Amino acid sequence: MKKLCISKNLKDNIITYGIVILAYIIVQIMVSTGNMSSLMQGLLVPLCVYVILAVSLNLTVGILGELSLGHAGFMCVGAFTGAFFSKCMEDVITIGLLRFILAILIGGISAAVIGFLIGMPVLRLKGDYLAIVTLAFGEIIKNIVNVLYIGKDSNGLHISMKDSLSLGLEPDGQVIINGAQGITGTPKDSTFTIGVILIIITLIIVLNLIHSRDGRAIMAIRDNLIAAESIGINITKYKLMAFSISASLAGIAGVLYSHNLNSLMATPKNFGYNMSIMILVFVVLGGIGNIRGSIIAAVVLTLLPELLRGLSNYRMLIYAIVLIVMMLFNWSPKLVELRKRFSPRRLINRTREVQ
Amino acid sequence: MSFISYLINGISLGSVYAIIALGYTMVYGIAKMLNFAHGDVIMVGGFTIFFAVSMQGLPPFVGILLAVVLCTILGITIEYIAYRPLRQAASSLAVLITAIGVSYLLQNLALLIFGANTKAFTSVVTIPAIKLADGQITISGETIVTIISCIIIMIGLTLFINKTKAGQAMLAVSEDKGAAQLMGINVNGTISLTFAIGSALAAIAGMLLCSAYPSLTPYTGSMPGIKAFVAAVFGGIGSIPGALIGGVVLGIIEILGKAYISSQMADAIVFMVLIIVLLVKPTGILGKKIQEKV
Repeated sequence: MKKLCISKNLKDNIITYGIVILAYIIVQIMVSTGNMSSLMQGLLVPLCVYVILAVSLNLTVGILGELSLGHAGFMCVGAFTGAFFSKCMEDVITIGLLRFILAILIGGISAAVIGFLIGMPVLRLKGDYLAIVTLAFGEIIKNIVNVLYIGKDSNGLHISMKDSLSLGLEPDGQVIINGAQGITGTPKDSTFTIGVILIIITLIIVLNLIHSRDGRAIMAIRDNLIAAESIGINITKYKLMAFSISASLAGIAGVLYSHNLNSLMATPKNFGYNMSIMILVFVVLGGIGNIRGSIIAAVVLTLLPELLRGLSNYRMLIYAIVLIVMMLFNWSPKLVELRKRFSPRRLINRTREVQ
Repeated sequence: MSFISYLINGISLGSVYAIIALGYTMVYGIAKMLNFAHGDVIMVGGFTIFFAVSMQGLPPFVGILLAVVLCTILGITIEYIAYRPLRQAASSLAVLITAIGVSYLLQNLALLIFGANTKAFTSVVTIPAIKLADGQITISGETIVTIISCIIIMIGLTLFINKTKAGQAMLAVSEDKGAAQLMGINVNGTISLTFAIGSALAAIAGMLLCSAYPSLTPYTGSMPGIKAFVAAVFGGIGSIPGALIGGVVLGIIEILGKAYISSQMADAIVFMVLIIVLLVKPTGILGKKIQEKV
């Protein structure tokens, strides 16, 4: 009998994976039958990027319970290290897929290392102070990348923080990261299929972590730090663990993002705090701590401005209003009560009572 | 000599940050929320003056008055519509996201009305520049006005909070909302008043900021907003002298960093200093440490 009872968690997880796979199949059918505009096809990879980012930030915000506003910084680290690796190895490793997998690993690991280094001092702070420091780190990463120059020639790598001339390259040398101009000519290895595979890997990592012993320890810290500490949970270890896993997944999303673009630049728009805030919006709107909600919110909110494109200038205005109204509807205590009173489930129960 | 003029520029920029930071700090102290839309209220103030003075030809004084009134009304309205319903919400993140929504809303409204082009803002300050030390140091009229208004606002606000009934009510609400209500304080009214004062200050900050850096876009307010928030945290959020110290220190660091280290790295240096301060003193320079009870 025991085998027949599938646990609630497993059922929940299967639904989440099912949604992703179903969406993938539907999209593939639409593409092959020619029912999808080229504009929408161009959105598929960014969609995967946002979903991974939202799920990974949910690990920090929802499961660890710390507000991070620097998620785009980790994405930036992953994007640049990944693209840098691909650009360096373009002639050495000619198999696109192998090179891309290595780039993803390198991007993920370097973002995890940065996440670990930043997390060590930062996670001692609490609440809004932590939020502002993560925001600061995100901006610092973006700023440093903007003044970083790396070139390659027969003598090896040259690094400078001033300009591309001070690299002192040999005539055969090539500037790979050109300061504010970033990296150009990254091989376009990202595809929708790889994106979906990465989403599923992200989900496997996050969902398994949540339902493991470690995950429960992390959630115990979120619910009550002092109580968790008093029963012998190593606070620093688990906080750092969740934070760096979240960072490394953001790095992977960054690699996917950078291999979808011809030229990669660190602008306030793609790696600034606006991006971090946008990811946070996905997480909060989808439900804090709810992984499936993050996926749905990321997809809906990315598609919404595109679907509203017909309204041209009004689309971002409508987006803002939708955001405010949805937040009020979801979270306002008065509206929550009102919703409960008129929810179908309760109406059904009431009719049953009458009978 | 250039060091002294950089220093004066830094104090001037810092004074603007301090005025903006006051709005953040007061709202945070009383409503325990990050008002992300505060930076955009600055932008609204700037555009109001631009519209009144440059487009309609009204005298600058009328323009400033108009901006202050409009921003005050805007601040109260935002609080009433977007933040008040969420005050008792289960998650404090909800109101943060709503604030982000309001920020997007204001930016896009400005974008629709005035377009994305950068507007050249005519300075509303008519005081001539002062030359010191045989003309080696020039202090512009904007700098003088900025520093003087910052000092006046600081003194005025401190007096308001310590000497008036409404100010004492604000202090009481920020300490304990429930107890304040039992003492017969109108909590909602007090919070509205805080937003009104914060937004009026934002309008003045917008005027000063746009006079000193005369370009205006719908996104003008967001970066100074973030920097001012950093200043508020730096000085200890919830503390009025903290906002002044944080703002001025931040302004000086930014201008000196731009001048002597690297103009591209100035923001990174500002944020680095913030991180170091917070790691040494996790509640900011003048922040109160609250011991958590088990």
